[in-house]
Amino acid sequence: METQDKVLAILEEITGTDEVRDNLEVELFDEGLLDSLGSVQLLVELESEFAIEVPVSEFERSEWATPQKIIEQVVRLQE
Amino acid sequence: MKYMTPYESPFYFVILGLAFIPIIVQLIRGKRMLWYQNSVTVLFLVISFGGVNLRQGIALLVYVFFELLLAYSYFHYRQKRNSQFIFYLAVILAIAPLVIVKTTPLIRHHPSFIGFLGISYLTFKSVQMVMEMRDGFVKEFHLGRYTQFLLFFPTISSGPIDRYRRFEKELLTPPTREHYLELLNKGIQNIFMGCLYKFILGFLLGNELLPYIKNLALSEGGFSIALLGYMYVYSFYLFFDFAGYSLFAIGTSYLLGYETPINFNKPFLSPNIKEFWNRWHMSLSFWFRDYVYMRLMFTFMKKKVFKSKVTTSNVGYFVLFLLMGAWHGLTWYYLVYGFYHAMMICLNDAWLRFKKKHKKRIPSNRLTKAFAIFLTFHVVCFSFLIFSGFLDTLIHLPFR
Repeated sequence: METQDKVLAILEEITGTDEVRDNLEVELFDEGLLDSLGSVQLLVELESEFAIEVPVSEFERSEWATPQKIIEQVVRLQE
Repeated sequence: MKYMTPYESPFYFVILGLAFIPIIVQLIRGKRMLWYQNSVTVLFLVISFGGVNLRQGIALLVYVFFELLLAYSYFHYRQKRNSQFIFYLAVILAIAPLVIVKTTPLIRHHPSFIGFLGISYLTFKSVQMVMEMRDGFVKEFHLGRYTQFLLFFPTISSGPIDRYRRFEKELLTPPTREHYLELLNKGIQNIFMGCLYKFILGFLLGNELLPYIKNLALSEGGFSIALLGYMYVYSFYLFFDFAGYSLFAIGTSYLLGYETPINFNKPFLSPNIKEFWNRWHMSLSFWFRDYVYMRLMFTFMKKKVFKSKVTTSNVGYFVLFLLMGAWHGLTWYYLVYGFYHAMMICLNDAWLRFKKKHKKRIPSNRLTKAFAIFLTFHVVCFSFLIFSGFLDTLIHLPFR
């Protein structure tokens, strides 16, 4: 659960809204909460927070579209 | 034998239809006939790059050989080491032929002999490959598949720009019967729609209306109503001509069972410039987004080059759009076109930030949305007027 909290805190800071905490299925790109700049910021912060490596070419929008999906990606990359 | 550039005339489609019959029959049965598909590729490459165009054909072969060798060498190097310098060197080498082709006419006033139709689009694919190898996503380098990716003839002359990992997946697994029947249907639809766009609307706008209004604007000189008319006509011509071509390329790919990404999605109805670039020449802007902008942002942010996030992003936009402008050609109007779009997208971002902060005080209804579309449309049309090079002609008009 610790991972989830940390990811959500990062997302909250980048998107500037707590909507990401209330609804883990919110479509971040469609709702305009995340754009290319936001997603790069997300990658950079995830890298330093979790010591994982996420190259930019791994970033397929559809696989990172909701808070839930992002949490799953981080868990997967940590393994 | 008749030599034609891709999708040039209805006759091209007749040959296409005939050559595709065995492929379509086999795909309906759920099978890919790669040997036949590759023979068809050779046939269509000869049609477009043989005979009168043979010089270009040789340039194409030499180019592909060079890029294959580069990718092969970089892949084997990358298996053992990962130096930043070698990575940059590989990217520079991948772009070098295109740079030579773009700069030669400036120095020697004639086109370079290593140029050929589609070199800019093949370069996007080659650079992409080097970058994905750097990131370690190309686990095995398959010479044959990469060659098929580079030489995929439906998109060879002007895109859309595909992605290697996507293409490879489809190359290895043919679509299911149901899915292919859907693709077949959509592919034929796209080709008919493309005919309407390119051969009818694009032709009428570009060959009938455009020359007429051009003469009118030239005789008026300076800023006139006719110039405004030229701006609109040119913008719609550009859209129908290129969207029409893209529909041909996508439709033809569908018939072969490949889902080449789309290029246009109602761009003139975009409510802002940012959205416009998500809908206009999409495979190009996504390429620049993923392989230039995002990578640059990543480096900037990691090394904390700029203090503010806004500055970082704005610098990224200027790099992206100036590069895009230069890619179109090294003339003042393409560079100004890039500069103008960078400026507009920075302005757009500033406005979006302002809007987010003052959400409650800014009205948002159907009227404001219509106004946003109207405004975006005109900002874009003006950029196409710059792009058209007509202002250059107008400036050089002798004073009367």
